[in-house]
Amino acid sequence: MTTLLIMCWEFFKTGLFAVGGGLATLPFLTQMQQKYNWFTAEELANMIAVGESTPGPIGVNMATYVGYSTYGIAGAVLATLSLVLPSLIIIMIIAKALDTYKNNKYIQNAFAVLRPAVTGLISAAGFAVLRIALFREANSFLASIHVTAVIFFAVLVFLTQWKKLKKVHPIAFIALGAVIGVIFQM
Amino acid sequence: MKLLWDLYRTFFTIGAMTFGGGYAMLPMLEREVVNKRKWSTQEELLDYFAIGQCTPGIIAVNTATFVGYKEKGVAGGIAATLGVVSPSIVIIVLIAMVLENFMHIAWVQHAFAGIRVAVCALIVSSVVKLVKSNVKKHWHIALALCAFAVVALLGLSPVWVVIGCVVLSVIFGKKVQNA
Repeated sequence: MTTLLIMCWEFFKTGLFAVGGGLATLPFLTQMQQKYNWFTAEELANMIAVGESTPGPIGVNMATYVGYSTYGIAGAVLATLSLVLPSLIIIMIIAKALDTYKNNKYIQNAFAVLRPAVTGLISAAGFAVLRIALFREANSFLASIHVTAVIFFAVLVFLTQWKKLKKVHPIAFIALGAVIGVIFQM
Repeated sequence: MKLLWDLYRTFFTIGAMTFGGGYAMLPMLEREVVNKRKWSTQEELLDYFAIGQCTPGIIAVNTATFVGYKEKGVAGGIAATLGVVSPSIVIIVLIAMVLENFMHIAWVQHAFAGIRVAVCALIVSSVVKLVKSNVKKHWHIALALCAFAVVALLGLSPVWVVIGCVVLSVIFGKKVQNA
C-alpha cells in the first residue's frame, strides 16, 4: 500500500517536472529505476521499445507499463492518473489567462533556460540505457563490452541519421533490432 | 452529458491512432478537433499546442485538457484527458500481460537484447534533434553538459535540474533571451 502511494507520488512529480514532451519523462523513469526496485534497467529499455511501438503518448505508455509491472491493473491506472493530474490542474489554471501566460516574460525566460538543460537530461537517460544495452557483467571494462551490440548500435545510429531514412517510423528500427537480436543470439 | 461523451470518445480515438505522441498528434488533432467537431479553429489549436509545450507534463495530455476545458469546463477537461490516456492503459496492460508469459523464452530475450540496442539508437537520434533545435549558444552547451553530468554521473534527481533552471531564469531575467 505504501509502495503504491510512493509510486503515485513519483509519477505525480514526473508529470509536474517533465517538460518538453517526447522522451521528457525518461530521465525521471531512469531515476525511479535507480532509487526503487520496481523494475530493472533492462525492463526500462524494453518499456521504451513497447512505448514507442504502441499508439498513445510515450510518457503515458511508460507510466502504464511501470504501474502494471509493479502493481497490476490498479497500478497501471493509478500511475497514469498520477502522471496526468498535474497537467489537469496546471492547464485549468492557465486556460483562463491564455494570452497573458503565453507572453509572460518569466515563462519565456524559464523555457529559454530549460530547453538546453532538458537536452542534457534526456542525454543522461540515454546514457543509462546505453550502459545496459551495450555492456554486460564482467571483471574488466574490455571484457564487459558487448561487441555485436556495439557494432549494431553504430550501424543503427548511422541509419537513423541518414537523410533518406529520416521519415522511417521508429517501429521499423525496433523490428530490425528484434530480428538482429534473434539472428546473432544477443 | 452528450458533449462529455463526445469529448471522451474523440480523444480516445486520437490516443488510439497516434504513435509517439507530441508532434505526431497534431495532424490527428486537426482532423478530429478542428475539421470534424469544430471545437476550435486551426489557430486556437496551434495555440493550445504551443502552450502544451511550454507547460510541464505530456504535450498530448496538456492539449486534450485544454480543448476539453474550453468546451465544458473542469468536467470537460477531465473527460478529454481520460479519453486520451484510456487506449494506452488498455493496450499496454494487454502487451504487459502477454510479455510476462513470454519473457523467459530464449529467443524472446535475444529479440529484446537487439531491441534495446535499437532503442539506444532512437534515443541518440532524438538527442541529435534536440541539440539542433535547443543548443545554440555557448552557455547552452555548458548548461546541457552540467545537466547531463549531475544526473548521469552524480545521480541527482532531474527535478533539481528543472528547479535550478527556473531559479537561474529568475536571477538572469531577460539576459537569457539575448545572451
